[in-house]
This record gives sequence, structure tokens and C-alpha cells, in this order.
Amino acid sequence: MSAPLSRFPGGLKLPGHKKRSTQQPIRKTPLSKHLVLPLQQHIGAAAVPIVEVGEKVLKGQRIARAEGHVSVCLHAPTSGVVSAIGEHAIPHPSGLSAPCITIETDGEERWIERQQIADFRQHSAHELRQIIRDAGIVGLGGAGFPSFIKLNPGVHHTVETLLINGAECEPYISCDDMLMRERADGILDGVEIMLFALRASRCILAIEDNKPEAISAMRYALSGRPHLSQTEIVIVPTRYPTGGEKQLIQVVTGKQVPSNKLPIDIGIVCHNPGTAYAVGRAILHGEPLISRVVTVTGTDVTHAGNFETLFGTPIKDLLAFCETRRQPDEPFIQGGPMMGYSLAGDDLPITKTANCILVGVEDVAPPAQPLPCIRCGDCADVCPASLLPQQLYWYSRAKDFDKTRDYNLFDCIECGCCDYVCPSKIPLVSYFRFAKTEIMNQEREHQKADLARERHESRLARLQREQQEKEERQRQRKAALAASKAAKAKEEATTSSESTDSVTEEKA
Amino acid sequence: MPIFRLNPPFLAGANRVTLQMLQVLIALIPAVIAMTYYFGPAVLVNVILAVVAALIAETVMLKLRDRPLKPFLSDGSAAVTAVLLALAIPPLSPWWMTVIGVTFAIIFVKHLYGGLGYNPFNPAMVGYVLLLISFPLEMTTWLPVQSLSEQPIGWLSSLQLIFTGQFNGLGIDAYSGATPLDAMKTQIVLDRHPEFISSQPLFGMAGGLGWEWINIWFALGGIWLIYRKVISWHVPVAMILALLIISSVTTLIDPTISGSPLFHLVSGGTMLGAFFIATDPVSGSTTLKGRIVFGAGVGILTYVIRIWGGYPDGVAFAVILMNMLVPLIDYYTQPRVYGGGATR
Repeated sequence: MSAPLSRFPGGLKLPGHKKRSTQQPIRKTPLSKHLVLPLQQHIGAAAVPIVEVGEKVLKGQRIARAEGHVSVCLHAPTSGVVSAIGEHAIPHPSGLSAPCITIETDGEERWIERQQIADFRQHSAHELRQIIRDAGIVGLGGAGFPSFIKLNPGVHHTVETLLINGAECEPYISCDDMLMRERADGILDGVEIMLFALRASRCILAIEDNKPEAISAMRYALSGRPHLSQTEIVIVPTRYPTGGEKQLIQVVTGKQVPSNKLPIDIGIVCHNPGTAYAVGRAILHGEPLISRVVTVTGTDVTHAGNFETLFGTPIKDLLAFCETRRQPDEPFIQGGPMMGYSLAGDDLPITKTANCILVGVEDVAPPAQPLPCIRCGDCADVCPASLLPQQLYWYSRAKDFDKTRDYNLFDCIECGCCDYVCPSKIPLVSYFRFAKTEIMNQEREHQKADLARERHESRLARLQREQQEKEERQRQRKAALAASKAAKAKEEATTSSESTDSVTEEKA
Repeated sequence: MPIFRLNPPFLAGANRVTLQMLQVLIALIPAVIAMTYYFGPAVLVNVILAVVAALIAETVMLKLRDRPLKPFLSDGSAAVTAVLLALAIPPLSPWWMTVIGVTFAIIFVKHLYGGLGYNPFNPAMVGYVLLLISFPLEMTTWLPVQSLSEQPIGWLSSLQLIFTGQFNGLGIDAYSGATPLDAMKTQIVLDRHPEFISSQPLFGMAGGLGWEWINIWFALGGIWLIYRKVISWHVPVAMILALLIISSVTTLIDPTISGSPLFHLVSGGTMLGAFFIATDPVSGSTTLKGRIVFGAGVGILTYVIRIWGGYPDGVAFAVILMNMLVPLIDYYTQPRVYGGGATR
């Protein structure tokens, strides 16, 4: 059944540093006094609060509803009282605040009533998707896209393959690894539901070969489910960025997702093992998504490991629990060291997309004092999208954005391989992000300008039309007036002639 | 280690410009030793002189351009330019020629175009060509291999000849003669058969006596650079293959046209050019296909200039001519992007 593996161009062999956080089983983070829940922890529209300040909430109770199609619900991670609804700092590179619901926990962990579904096959795929949406499930790999949308093949697509992305290629992160080791059965629960919802014919569970424990745990779990004969575990070579959706698809299927298309366009849907696990919990146990496994690791963490953490738990509590050598206000990383982002303050909550908190790394990139590009082409050699980063850099720097599009800027996945190998230490990805943002801003401006111009033109057209109509009316009125005048004049003429006649007659 | 940057990626590999340049210099050591063995200490005097001149010119230009000295002086690029130029010109070049070539390369070819990374032409080769067309006589006579020389040139005589132009009352020209490539070219004009020419003492097994070994040492150093991933194999392989193919074809058509294909591979600047000059990333092509086109172009042009041009060797002109084509080559040899790229 399994085809020989393909490979994607470029990529890097990076030191994994995973052992640091895989020595201990997944532990529970202690309950914090306050949990801060941003209304937007996913891609799409922010959820809308349905609780009020002072209201008592139970663990798992819905506290905000989905707004619009691309959105999911939000739940109380534990029982307590809603203490605030308002702006709070969120874990975002911008350092901005956003609307959040704050819950003061009561430590009782009292659950709301849970609706368990014993046989999900009795339900329609639509109903299951609705439950998954109501359970607030989003992609837990880091992007946070609402999962129910990615479980809907729609009318125009047929999904052949469900691809569970257990590559976890970024250094230091190990939450998926630990989840697969410890909760392989729960992941397969979710896989079964996902296969059913997608009407997919097969499932590939791809795991990098640096995770032998996860591979054997998944294999063992799979051997207990003979009915999952169309599900296979594919061991992929450890190479960054194998976990990139498009790269993994190429490795396991040999196919490439065409530019500007989605995997579903070639019959593939990708999900993260953590998401599969959450789907299983939501359907079979009625538990909404209220926690996740977070890797806390890095060279400055004393007790690195993986922690089942309630959403809203302040990062500072988690870091205090793990003990770090971090100085106050020293930036740390959320996500991986290649594609994560830096956060400065630690009074920030753990959200659905927080897969890793990383404090201190080896081989740290130096402060940006780049030398000029010497066009060595090392960046092009490692680019998994086969781009020419040195050309993109040149044109991004020169703000020649048309040229950057000629060189396919928007196929860049921002994996950071080019940065990593650059001998001049140029922050290439930052340049590409800048160029992308500029282009998108320009396009927005264009659209705005187009709209304004259209409005202006249609206004001019309307004015002109009105003017013409007015003139037409005036003309008609004039014509009518003239006609009536003429008629009158004629009438008058006859009467006056008559009168003159009479006058003349009289005169005569 | 706490992170420094605020944007990803937060990791960096060990690769550095300085490290690359340093490895290029290391890879040149075997050939420099070989050249010193065959042509005497004048080679080393030239190299040192060129490096000192290059570093002075670099410092002055960085000061004038208000650039930080430390990162740019320590990048090693000026030293690489200087060493390459010093190895390309005759060992007994007068000191002022070496200095003129190097300072011109650094000031005009490198810094006036924007410094490291911005020069469209290979600085060492433009410096070389400047000297070649300004001082054709001095540039086309070399020291004979020491074993052929009646009086080997030692340290003292090297220094005196380079700095005063005289030793024991004799000028530089008294000590030097034609290179094997030059000899081949001038004697072919006299209707001598290449095989006869190659039997003269100036010639060795396949190329010029000594020259063939120097070329082999350059090649071995270059292969080490490929192994170390400082350069990619594309340019040298393409250049050597192209030279081999065009010389084989012309020799098949007319055996008296020039020396054997092998002669051209191990003569003159072939291997220096293939592994150290044409592989200059700044002025060369950056795409994989482009590097093959670039290398092949250098190989073909080198041969064409050697056979039909006015100069005995053609590597420098070939490299400069191909430098001009780089933007064009790069544009038309873009790799196929993952997913086929956006259709615009």
C-alpha cells in the first residue's frame, strides 16, 4: 500500500533538542487563580461573549459563541466566576491587547453536563461538524484554523487522503510527540471521526523518524483497530521543514499542491494529531477544547517538559512552575525557534495555538548586523519552495514589489531555512514578510481607490444622467410651453383677427 | 542563550562570509606551495605584497565610504581578491604593477560599485585585465620552472627584481620567458606541429612543465572547497567539460590547431579559473542551471580566446564577458517553484 517516499527540494538538518522535554510524561499545570481567554484564538471572526461579569460558570461551559462562518466557540476551562470582560494583553508579536474574558477560578473543577456520543456513525457528518465547531476546536499545530471547515469536503471536492501531520519538524517542540506516545488511542478515535466526516478513503499518519517511541505507540494502537485497515503510519526522514503541509504532502504522496491552491484541491486534507485527539474527546466524551499540551523547554528552563495546560493560564505561572533562568522582560519564543514569534511580557495567556514556550536556544541568531549579500546561493539551495531568496531579497530591499511577484514571493512559506544558512546573516524572512505586507497593503489601497473611483465615476454618470434628464424635461417643458404658446397664439390670432375684424368692421 | 532578534528564525547556522573566504584561502595553499616550488619565492613575495596593498586600499575605501572597518576588513574578501590576482600575474612582476592591479580591483571594481556583494565583475580578473592591456610585455613573460633555469631565483634575487627591477645587472626580462601556452600559440603560427612543440623542455607530461602540477593542486584545493560546500560543483564541472568538449572537437577537425585537450585543461589558468575565479558568487550566476551555463560559457570563451584571440590565455576575459551575461542568465534559469508558481 505504501508508495516510496518522495522528497521536497532544499530543507535542513537541524539539531532537534527534543530530548530535553521528553524525559518526563505529560504533566498537568497547576490551576491558576485567573484564566484570561482571548475571544479570538483562531483564524476568522472573534467569538462573542454570552456571559456577564459576575456570572458563575462551570468547567466546559460555553462563554462565547461563534460569530459568522469562520469562527468557533469558547469555553470556560474550569469552574469559577467571570471577573472581567475587556481588553487584556494577548500573546501576539505586536504586543497589542484584545478583548478577553477573565475567569476567577474556584478550584472546584465542576464540569457542565457532557453529551457523550457512543456511536458517532449514527450521526450525520454535518451534525458532527457542528459539535466540533461548538467544541471550539481549531488546528492545534499552530495556525488555529477552525477544524470543522477542514472536515467538510464540500460539494466540489472528494477527499481521498486524510493526512495526520505528526512530523513536528521544528527543533525543541515535542507536544505532538508526547501526545502520540501517551494518547495514541485517543488520536485514533479522532482519526476515525475525521475519516467519517470527510468520507476519505484512507489515512496516512506521518511521523519523523526521530520519534521511535511515538511510532511504536501509534503502531500498537493501530494494531488494536483492525477495521482501520486503510490507515497507515508512514515514517518520514527528519528534515526541516517536513512538517510544512505542502512539504509533507510531497514527501508522502509525491504530489505538489499547485500554487494558490489548497491541499483539498488534490484530494488531501491535513490535520494535526492534537486536533484529532481533541475531535475524539469532543465527540466521544462531550468535552470541548479547554486545554492543550504545551511544550515548555529551552536552554534556560530547569524543568523542561510537556504540560497539559488550561487555556488562559498565564505564561508566567507556567514558567514559574517549570523554573527558568529568564531575566524579567527578557523575550522568549512562542512556537518553534524557526517559525515562532518572540514575546516580551509574560502576563499573557496560553491560547489554543500555543504549542511551545521556548526560553533560550542554542545556536542563537546574532543581533541583526548583516553583511551585504554575496549571492552565494546557499539560500536557494535550502529553499523548500525552490525560490531564489537572494533575488527576492534584492527586490524586496529595493521595494520593487512587481519583481518580487515575478520571483513568486507568495510561494514563500517563511520557514526560515534561508536565514539559517545565510553567511551574511541577513534576516531574509523579515524582508519577505515586509514585502508581502506592503503588497497586500498596496492591493487594499488599490481596491479602495478602485472603489472610490467607481463611486466617483458612477456619481458623475448619475449627475450627467440627471442633468440630461433635467435638460430633457426642460426641453420637453419648453416644447410643450412653446406648443401651448403657439396654440394660444394661434387661438389669440384668430380671436384677435376676429376682434380686429370686428374692429375694422366697427371702423368700417 | 536568550534570543537577540525579535523576528524568526531565532536560530542561525555556523556559516559565515569570513569562514567561506578563509576556506578559499586555505584551499589555495597547496597550489601556492607548488608555485613557490616551481617558480621560487617570488610567488610568496607577490602574494604578501598584494594582500598588504589590498588591505590598505580596502581600509581607505571603507573610511571614505564611512563604513564600519571591523566587519568588512575581517570578511576576508579583499585578501581573497589579492591572492587570486597575485597568483594570476607573473611572479616577477614589478611591485608597482602588483600594487596598481590590486588597488584598481579593490577601489574601482569593488568599492565604486558598492563594495562587497555589489560588484558585477570579478575584481581580481578586471585588475588582471587592466595590467594585461596596460603592460602586455611584463604580463606575458613568466619565470621558467626553476629546474630549467640556469640560476634559480632565491629570496634575495626575488626581492631585488620585484622592487628594483634588477639583479646582478640584469633586468626582469633576462630571467623570464614565454609560458607554455604562449609558446604553443606562437609556434603554431610558425606551422610547427603541436606534438613537436610539446616535446620541448618547456612542456611536461600533458601541459607545461610544472604548470600541470600547479593546475592539479588548484583542482584538488577546489574539490576540497566543493566537499566543504563553500562552492558548488556546477561551475567548475561545466567549465572543464565545456573546455574539454570544444577542444576535443576542434582537435578532431584539425589536429594542428593547438595542443591536446588535456594540455588545455592543465595549462595556464584553467583550474585556478574553474575552481576559484569563475566560482566567485558575487559576480557569477546564482541559479543551479545558470551556474552550468555560466561555467560552460567561461570554458568555451577561454578556449576561443586562447586559439583565435590575441592573448595566450583567456580565462580572465572569459570570466568578465560571462559576468556581463549574469543578469540575463539568472532571469531565464529560474527554478520551477513548488506548486508551479503563480500564473500571472
